[in-house]
Amino acid sequence: MKDIVISFEEVSRAFGKKRVLDHASFEIAGGEIVAILGASGSGKSVTLKTINGLITPDEGKVEVLGHTVTELSEEELSPMRRRVSYLFQGGALFDSMSVFENIAFPLREHLDLSREELREKVEELLAMVDLEGVGPLSPSELSGGMKKRVAVARALALEPEIILYDEPTTGLDPVTGETIAHLILDLDRRLGVTSVVVTHDIPLVLRVADRVLFLEDGRFDFTGSIEEARSSGPETVRNFFKSGVIHA
Amino acid sequence: MIMNLSSLFSGPVQLVALLGGAFRLGWKALLRMVTPPLDLKESLRQLDRIGVGSLNLTNITALFTGMVLAVQSAYTLSKFGARLYIGEIVTLSLVRELGPVLTALMVGGRVGAGITAELGSMTVTEQVDALRSMAADPIRKLVVPRTWATLIMLPLLTVMADAMGILGGMLIAVFQEGLSSSFYFSRVFRTLEMNDLILGLSKPAVFAFIIAIIGCYNGLNARGGADGVGRATTNTVYAASIAILIADFFVTKLMIGLLP
Repeated sequence: MKDIVISFEEVSRAFGKKRVLDHASFEIAGGEIVAILGASGSGKSVTLKTINGLITPDEGKVEVLGHTVTELSEEELSPMRRRVSYLFQGGALFDSMSVFENIAFPLREHLDLSREELREKVEELLAMVDLEGVGPLSPSELSGGMKKRVAVARALALEPEIILYDEPTTGLDPVTGETIAHLILDLDRRLGVTSVVVTHDIPLVLRVADRVLFLEDGRFDFTGSIEEARSSGPETVRNFFKSGVIHA
Repeated sequence: MIMNLSSLFSGPVQLVALLGGAFRLGWKALLRMVTPPLDLKESLRQLDRIGVGSLNLTNITALFTGMVLAVQSAYTLSKFGARLYIGEIVTLSLVRELGPVLTALMVGGRVGAGITAELGSMTVTEQVDALRSMAADPIRKLVVPRTWATLIMLPLLTVMADAMGILGGMLIAVFQEGLSSSFYFSRVFRTLEMNDLILGLSKPAVFAFIIAIIGCYNGLNARGGADGVGRATTNTVYAASIAILIADFFVTKLMIGLLP
């Protein structure tokens, strides 16, 4: 039995009158690839941000890699955040920096590398996402797919133990989408990285996920393997897999 | 009735929330400004954008303000046969009051709005969340360099503006009123006292802090895409202008009480 690296215990979060998470609970073990599915606006991204401490829940307990996220201040979250990377939906690259500086940012922030070591590391990361030579470009000069791959390279810079992916393939062509899927699987097999993937991309889920968490009405009432989701899951979950889109 | 009451109180409630949030951010920024590390590269970039980029705006404003002051003073003073005092009036008005306030209002509009637009766009595109997710402190990375840059550049811009305003006054004194430039400057330097300079330079420090913190606060709290960033930017110009004028009154009262 692998260690639990992420746990949600009765977590609730409301925005105004809308209760997005309502006593939601789940656990994720180390090395798992878990897909979080649910209708648009159901709170999937809120769940990811709550894992990382970017959003504080109104009640409940969140534990990540042994850190009780819900009890820590912004400064105290730093050690956990160094071990958990977040791939934002739009990439969230820093506009004022070049691609090189974007990827070098977490390395400069947390490691004491020489200029040469930094250059080598950034080039290695760019090669991992098939983007050699784009270091001097600014993010505005990149296509959507390239931005997302640069964001992946930046997310991998500190060799995280957990990666949180927010819609990693949205807006990408199938070939780039496949590159991302391959990368998620490769990181899991080679380095044992735990991946939590929020997505509407059913082919991606089928390709990479070990387990599915289905978010509906603020709760994760269904959790199981893809086979279980397709055969014995609630109707909404089965519909999701049948049509590839949610009918909520 | 309930609706009316809630809308009646929503304005003051929002104002209190803004003041509370801005004060909290100001305090956190102040603590980080005096403790290392400082992002030197970003601070230098901001010095250039905030300072050098505002130079033309503040200088032209001050030059014409000095000229208008001289024209108005000459017109009024000539009724009493006292137009020789143009230099004194232009200098004291500019150094003690108009130079600091007009420069701050100009910089507040240009720089405050620029800070809010930049940080607001970073906020709505999740770049600020990206900073936090990489265990970097957005206040240290974004707020501190902009506050330091504004604190350093606004007093310098004010000194330049004072000089340009006095120069503008001289142009009117010489070419319209027929006074000699040496006479004009002798009145300028005889009038200026250390207290005037202390008062004139203490104001920009306070105004700079207000502009930077309001700009950053509104930017970091922008919500709702481009529309939200636009609203936050307008709020900054509005709030910074009012805060500068209110702070001007209190700083003037305080400094006049403190200075001998």
